[in-house]
Formats: sequence, C-alpha cells, structure tokens
Amino acid sequence: MSLTKKDKKVVTAFWAKIAGDADEIGSDTLSRMLTVYPQTKTYFAHWPDLSPGSAPVREHGKRVMGGVALAVANIDDIFGGLLALSERHASELRVDPANFKLLFHNFLVVLANKYPNDFTPDVHVAVDKFLAQVALALSEKYR
Amino acid sequence: MADWTDAQRKTVASVWGQLDAEIGAHALARVLIVYPWTQRYFGSFGDLSTAAAILGNGKVAAHGKVVLQALEKGVKNVDAIKSTYTDLSRLHCLTLKVDPDNFRLLADCLTIVIATKLGAAFNPQVQATWQKFLSACVIALGSQYV
Repeated sequence: MSLTKKDKKVVTAFWAKIAGDADEIGSDTLSRMLTVYPQTKTYFAHWPDLSPGSAPVREHGKRVMGGVALAVANIDDIFGGLLALSERHASELRVDPANFKLLFHNFLVVLANKYPNDFTPDVHVAVDKFLAQVALALSEKYR
Repeated sequence: MADWTDAQRKTVASVWGQLDAEIGAHALARVLIVYPWTQRYFGSFGDLSTAAAILGNGKVAAHGKVVLQALEKGVKNVDAIKSTYTDLSRLHCLTLKVDPDNFRLLADCLTIVIATKLGAAFNPQVQATWQKFLSACVIALGSQYV
C-alpha cells in the first residue's frame, strides 16, 4: 500500500496546515493513547505523571511530532529518513510494534477532532497510508 | 462481559444523544474510502469508484442508517451486548460472510466521525469509554463465527 504522488501531495499540504499546532496535537495524541489503551503506560512507568496534558506527556508529544515532521520531510524515502529512529526503537526503546497503530489511531482521532472540515475522507486515507508507512519504517530494524 | 460504572453508562448515553442520523452514512463512507477492499461486500451498491461517488451514493447512506439502528440496540443494552448481537453475528458469519476484522475498521471510522462532530466534548476519557463500548460490540459481532 505504497504512497501515490497524490497521497504525498495531500499529506504534505495537510501537514503544512497543521504543523503550527504540532505541540498541542502531540500532547493530545499521547494523552488519548495512554487513556484509551492503558497498556501503553507500561512504557512510561518512569514518568512522574502520566495524566493527560501533564508535563512529561507534553514534552514527549513534541518529540513524537518531531518524528512525524521528519517523516513528512522525507516522504519520498520514509524508510531512509527514519533509519536512525528505527535503530533507536529496535535496540534501545524496544516498543512492541503493535503499539504504533494504537498511537496513530489516536493521531487520526485528534486530527478529526481539531480539523473536522479539513480532515475529509480523502485526507483521512492519505494520512492513514502515510502513517502505515511510518509504522513499517519504525519497525524496519527490529529483526 | 464488560463491567460498566455509572459514569461510563452516562457517557455512552451522552455520546449517543449527540449523534445525528447521518453519522452511520459518514462512517460507512469512510470505511469504503479508507479501506477500499471492504467494497467487496457491496457489489450491488452501484458506483463506488471515487470518494465523491461513495459520499453521494444513496445505498451507502441508507445502509449507514441500518448500521446505526443496529448500534442503538447496543447503546440501550450495554449490560447484554453479547446477547443483543448474537443473531447479527450469525448473519454476518453464515449469510453475509463478512471478515470480522471489518467490524474493527467500522468502529475506528465511527470513532473518527464522532470526533469530527463532538469537538472538545470528545475528550480522552469520553473517547476511552466510547471505544470500550464499541470494542464490546465488535467482540459480540464476532462471537458466533465458526
């Protein structure tokens, strides 16, 4: 399910629209993931506060959005662009790759929630395909 | 099956109460657009060739209503979701022969459409409760598969 030229255009244009809100989006995405899928909290047991919108959640949300921005910037070669991030997730973080789709589901919910008129079905499918590629790229170095 | 606190029951009822009749149509349209292989089940629906065609398709809209009406049964019976959907589960397995993974896809699209409609009211806690309800429905719909 690789990205067509149209998918890349749609994703890049939509990202340009929302990038200014990246911090808020990241915080909201992570807050929702931790609330809706409490098993994901096991990866953050070292944080003092896992509640929605807490300082660690906001800071980490920023970092995650930085990864998404990197993927958008490297949309013609997502695997290449995310190589270092994949190494990190594989050897250091060792996040079960099943969790990527949990995170990305919440990312889509936030986009739908914050941009109801812009997050049309056409944008939805392009972003969903893009995120699927990001998830694959992140798990590339796992084994 | 699932245990419900009073707060969760109120939340499910509240979310349901804020939905308009078109939610089902919008959710089904998104399933067909975002996961186009699901179109395999709707060969008799006519033109599904583009997002615009799907969004304007009267049969998709009508079927979306049917789906929503079925979901209402679960909303009104959160303590007996499994038995509420026993017959529908058998229908989807034996007659319609629908891959039960599709229930999960529909649930995800429903959540996303609801997120577009409810704004700030669809906060993380509300989303968690709503998804808990949908998960129970998805499991119930798959429960009679053999």
